[in-house]
Amino acid sequence: MAELLSPPRLLPSGDSAITVEFSRNIDDAANQRVLALDRSLARETIAGVTEAVPTYRSLLVHYDPLQIGFEALSERLVNLARLPLPPVANSRRWRIPVVYGGEHGIDLEDAARTLNTTPDDIVAQHVTGNYRVAMIGFTPGWSYLSGLDASLQMPRRQNPRLLTPAGTISIGGVQTGVQCLAGPSGWHLLGRTAVRTYQLHRDPIFLLEPGDDVTFAAVDAKTFADQDRAAEAGEIVAELMAS
Amino acid sequence: MSKLVISAIGPASSVQDGGRPGSQRYGLTPSGAMDRLALATANVLVGNPPFAAAIEIGPFGAKFTARAGAVRVALAGASRNADISGRAVAFDTSMTLMDGETLTFGFARGGSFSYLAIEGAIQGEPMFGSLAVNARAGLGSPYPRPLQAGDELQVSSASGAAERRIDQPAVADAPIRVVMGPQDDEFGDATQLFLDSEWKISPTSDRMGYRLEGPVIKHLHGHNIVSDGTVNGSIQVPGNGQPIVLMPDRGTSGGYPKIATVISADLGRLAQIPAGRAFRFRAVSMAEAQAEARKFAELLRTLPDRLRAVESVDLNIDALHDANVAGHAVSAIDAGTWHVASADASGPD
Repeated sequence: MAELLSPPRLLPSGDSAITVEFSRNIDDAANQRVLALDRSLARETIAGVTEAVPTYRSLLVHYDPLQIGFEALSERLVNLARLPLPPVANSRRWRIPVVYGGEHGIDLEDAARTLNTTPDDIVAQHVTGNYRVAMIGFTPGWSYLSGLDASLQMPRRQNPRLLTPAGTISIGGVQTGVQCLAGPSGWHLLGRTAVRTYQLHRDPIFLLEPGDDVTFAAVDAKTFADQDRAAEAGEIVAELMAS
Repeated sequence: MSKLVISAIGPASSVQDGGRPGSQRYGLTPSGAMDRLALATANVLVGNPPFAAAIEIGPFGAKFTARAGAVRVALAGASRNADISGRAVAFDTSMTLMDGETLTFGFARGGSFSYLAIEGAIQGEPMFGSLAVNARAGLGSPYPRPLQAGDELQVSSASGAAERRIDQPAVADAPIRVVMGPQDDEFGDATQLFLDSEWKISPTSDRMGYRLEGPVIKHLHGHNIVSDGTVNGSIQVPGNGQPIVLMPDRGTSGGYPKIATVISADLGRLAQIPAGRAFRFRAVSMAEAQAEARKFAELLRTLPDRLRAVESVDLNIDALHDANVAGHAVSAIDAGTWHVASADASGPD
């Protein structure tokens, strides 16, 4: 009999949602348990559960209080969360093309100075990493990736920018991110991708799932421009690698 | 088919319905009406499903004109002066705009959002099961943005059904109820300050969040936590200690500690508190919050039982007085005119 895992904290988020918290910090092991519980919930239908939102450290479970109460749902979730982690499902592995630096990644040189290295070394390190989609949030398709090498970790900007471009690839703290829509960000902008993680009138509308594996590949500005046109027409320009 | 032409409209007015929950794991916020009871009330008055798409009108005025036929509509939510070609009309009542007639709204009084439902509902192409506007995500139909003057909605021609009013239960002017957490342990004694203080909604609030003004709520361990999921009604406390209540266009995740969560039954009431008016929060148990959620669902389910015929002039005068809560006098002649007009429009029944 496998040993049961330590129970998560069950925190009320109003009368229609429960936060199942595995850690207070960004913690890869906690995120694995979040994603495992998310998969278990998808398999094991619990009447009244309407959707689940994985984040780094917790799973937010939305439910209908007319169908199941807080205590009953908490007990079901704790039992599911204490089961040994299922073997990692054959998660999908994406390769995402990025044009680094220059006008496409206006913080690359500053980041190199802060990290006491060169822009080329940052790019080399960033494309070497194996990342996982830890969560998607903030705005549609904004994918937070775990697995950033310690040598690339640095605090966010003192002054967040009010507008950063669609497709921005950035680093902030211990994370790296794939941003889909233009919007505000306090992260350091390393480059851009033509990949749309959210695109209406394309199947699928959302490209990445929490738990997917991701690597990056450097491309030149012309390739980016070509891919951007193809992506705008609905083509999926991220490569799905054999797992 | 008829058309409803938006002749004039202020900011923060958009097509909204029950929203599009189900894709929050991809960062897509649910959107939907700020005051679900008011949306449902307006819809039920014209025979629509409760969460059909309707026009959510922000705090400023608006004008709508019927074209190519008559259009039957109903008003609910924040009261304001409203008239059809100079004849005052009441809230919580259905009415028919004849071809060429204009329905004019003033500023909201005693609330922020009013709902104009249209018989047969607004037609459009649902995305993720909803027509609700979410401009940032490019979603919403027939226009993926707030409404603007000159917009036209294709709508059903008025059926000629008898006009209705609805007997609404009185809205309590009681504190907004919250369930503490999920991160109230980040605040220590400041949770008591939060519950004991008067709050005001800042005018910089919007459909994403209501910013509160009041005492500074201090964090025990700094204001950055690792992002986790949010719900409608999450009360985040950023670094400046001034809480933000997250509303239906919120981000799906947030990195500030959340001291408490507004109960679902009180969200619409919070949405209708005008900027600058003082209010308080009150903590309730999970059992009480979920009992209130059941009562609220029952109220929504039984709204059609509260429909009444528009028959008696006395009742119309009452309705008009209700609609003019700020004390604008309404003469019996106005009420009679309004009554006759709506009776004319009711057609054979």
